[in-house]
Amino acid sequence: MATKKLMKGNEALAEAAIRSGCRFYFGYPITPQTELAEYMARYLPKAGGVFLQAESEIAAISMVYGTSAAGKRVMTSSSSPGISLKQEGISYLAGSNLPAVIVNVQRGGPGLGGIQPSQSDYWQATKGGGHGDYHLIVLAPSTVQEMADLTVLAFDLADKYRVQTMILADGTVGQMMEPVELPEPVQKEYDKPWALRGKGNGKSKFITSLSLSPEELEQWNINNFEKYRHIEETEQRAEEFLMDDAEICIVAFGISARVSRNAVIAAREKGIKAGLIRPITLYPFPKDILRRHTSHVSRFISVELNMGQMIEDIRLSTDCCRPVSLCNRTGGVIVTPEEVLAAIEGGK
Amino acid sequence: MKTTAILIAGFGGQGTLFAGKVLAVASLMKGLEVSWLPSYGPEMRGGTANCSVMISDSPIGSPIVSRPDVLLALNKPSFEKYEKVTVPGGSVFVDSSLVDVRSTRNDIGVYYTPATEMAGNVVGNAALSNIVLIGKVIKETGLFTEEEIIAAITETVPKSKQALLDANIKALRAGMDA
Amino acid sequence: MIVFDKPKCLKDAPMHYCPGCAHGLVHRIVAQAVDELDIQDKTIGVAPVGCAVFAYNYFDVDMVEASHGRAPAVATGVKRADPSRIVFAYQGDGDLASIGMTETVHTAARGENLTVIFINNAIYGMTGGQMAPTSLPGQITQTSPYGRDVNTVGYPVKVCELLATLEAPYYIERVAVNSVKNVRRAEKAIRKAFQNQIEGKGYSFVEVVAACPTNWKMKPVDANRWVEEQMIPYYPLGVFKDKDEQK
Repeated sequence: MATKKLMKGNEALAEAAIRSGCRFYFGYPITPQTELAEYMARYLPKAGGVFLQAESEIAAISMVYGTSAAGKRVMTSSSSPGISLKQEGISYLAGSNLPAVIVNVQRGGPGLGGIQPSQSDYWQATKGGGHGDYHLIVLAPSTVQEMADLTVLAFDLADKYRVQTMILADGTVGQMMEPVELPEPVQKEYDKPWALRGKGNGKSKFITSLSLSPEELEQWNINNFEKYRHIEETEQRAEEFLMDDAEICIVAFGISARVSRNAVIAAREKGIKAGLIRPITLYPFPKDILRRHTSHVSRFISVELNMGQMIEDIRLSTDCCRPVSLCNRTGGVIVTPEEVLAAIEGGK
Repeated sequence: MKTTAILIAGFGGQGTLFAGKVLAVASLMKGLEVSWLPSYGPEMRGGTANCSVMISDSPIGSPIVSRPDVLLALNKPSFEKYEKVTVPGGSVFVDSSLVDVRSTRNDIGVYYTPATEMAGNVVGNAALSNIVLIGKVIKETGLFTEEEIIAAITETVPKSKQALLDANIKALRAGMDA
Repeated sequence: MIVFDKPKCLKDAPMHYCPGCAHGLVHRIVAQAVDELDIQDKTIGVAPVGCAVFAYNYFDVDMVEASHGRAPAVATGVKRADPSRIVFAYQGDGDLASIGMTETVHTAARGENLTVIFINNAIYGMTGGQMAPTSLPGQITQTSPYGRDVNTVGYPVKVCELLATLEAPYYIERVAVNSVKNVRRAEKAIRKAFQNQIEGKGYSFVEVVAACPTNWKMKPVDANRWVEEQMIPYYPLGVFKDKDEQK
């Protein structure tokens, strides 16, 4: 058995970032992601990296912008209200094609909201929280192991496509401890000819998101969306659980998926053909995987910790060919297996 | 699939999270699947501090314990809140030094141990009531052996506090003898 | 014979700045300092949002364009990524002293080993002449059409004085470019602000009191006189902090 370590999700994520070659972290304290920043403060300098507590989330994401422009792997993390503040910088990163990893350990909102786990930033994460046409790749971990594994993936995808990757976790996965097998240190490096290192003997370069010519800006967006289209075709990820013959399909991510898994098992024990699709990428949404099952699924249930956000993507992905109902709690309340089971049994 | 849902409930500062961590580490060392989930609140001390521990021989779904198989109630509000949702056939372990009410249910096992008093008198450190209760839990449920818990405690007590190791072991044994 | 050469580290591009605008002149001074210190190959500049937003079209060094007010934070990110690079932020008064005041103060408070060039022309240029945090009392702008009323919008921010109260900054000076004498002083200050960074001394800040004839609705000559008679009395020139002098 490989050696497993008991770690908090936030800490496993931080350690995986260091092992992914991230040597720069800029952030600002906010519950429930603070352990992540604290871990970085403790261990990043030991790995020869830089931890800097910024004066605000806006400053932190701007520092990320600068470090990414200089060609380095860099990360910031926050929780919902802080992620709203970062949207300016995220949009600029997108507008400059600068890779970055942004972690949102979600809490309930809107406004200052609460500090208990939530999934109510789904729209903000998947539909572009900042201004302008862009997407983030959004990864949704549901275990401490995935907090580590998806962090490795997040850095890789960010560099590979020159995009911004968001890890959309929640307070539960961030705060819980589970055994985790930490990833091996990543050696893979991407060539970054665009990075600013001083012109040396060559031509000077610049990085900007400004483009005052409408035609040029239009073309830039069209090119960028070619990239997003490619990402949609190649990077969809989801876990399927008891889906081979499922007639009722739960779609749930993160902590909701774990709760739903219990409900699916309970339903099967009662002879109900229930199954679970757990999106791992929220953008790109795993629509091909959902579509593959519409022949035998008679209805979908979206289980979310918000007022119903992902449900729209389920409907769009399946062209509304099957009914989709919502089973949700919000505000920091976590849906129970009993509630999900009731939704499975409820029928429509 | 055998899964045990454990809830340790009390005030902040009573060591609920540490007790949960000892059980989680013991599970890990035994090769079992385990999850440990704290409640977290804005208060650092004195607020409610609950800890959910799920132990299983197969992958764990929800890590949230809303209906415990095993409840450790370290104060009265926790006892009153969770005793009634403990699953039939489950076990409730009460620190009777701090909880002055009794269960009226007859479909669960309820064990009253004056853990805070014992920790103070026998071990000389009232803060170890959590470990006294763990001693009682393993004696009554057989979830872990004494050796397994001692190994877990040794692993869990921070290096800076190794001096507390003996006291922890003493508290564990006191609980097992209670 | 006097030969006026373009500094090596200015591109051969026509600038978009208005006649009489100080940006072109200050660009030349910055470029000259970079040339003289022979750091063109390793200098990275951060452009602001404001009239100097296109600074990357003029400076022949690597440049990155920050969001409004965040240039010091972006510069921090660049510098921390590779401390061997020479990093400067170039910002106007709206960018630096209004929307970016937090980043300005905290970058200074951390004593980041950076060079910050601050163009104070007491007005928002790019958006067409609105009131700046440094507009003078009574100054007429598009958003203070009856003159800046200190009773309702308060007084101008004196950035050098404010930053000089902090422990970490190494060097803070205010200069002007409205006369040959002042330009010479500005050249010296900006060069020193880069030299300090090369030597790893820490945060260096040079404020340049500058004219914006277009938005002040003045002829360039009158604008320079206004700098002398109105702005400099309010924003006195000089060194506000220099740790070299404290030794």
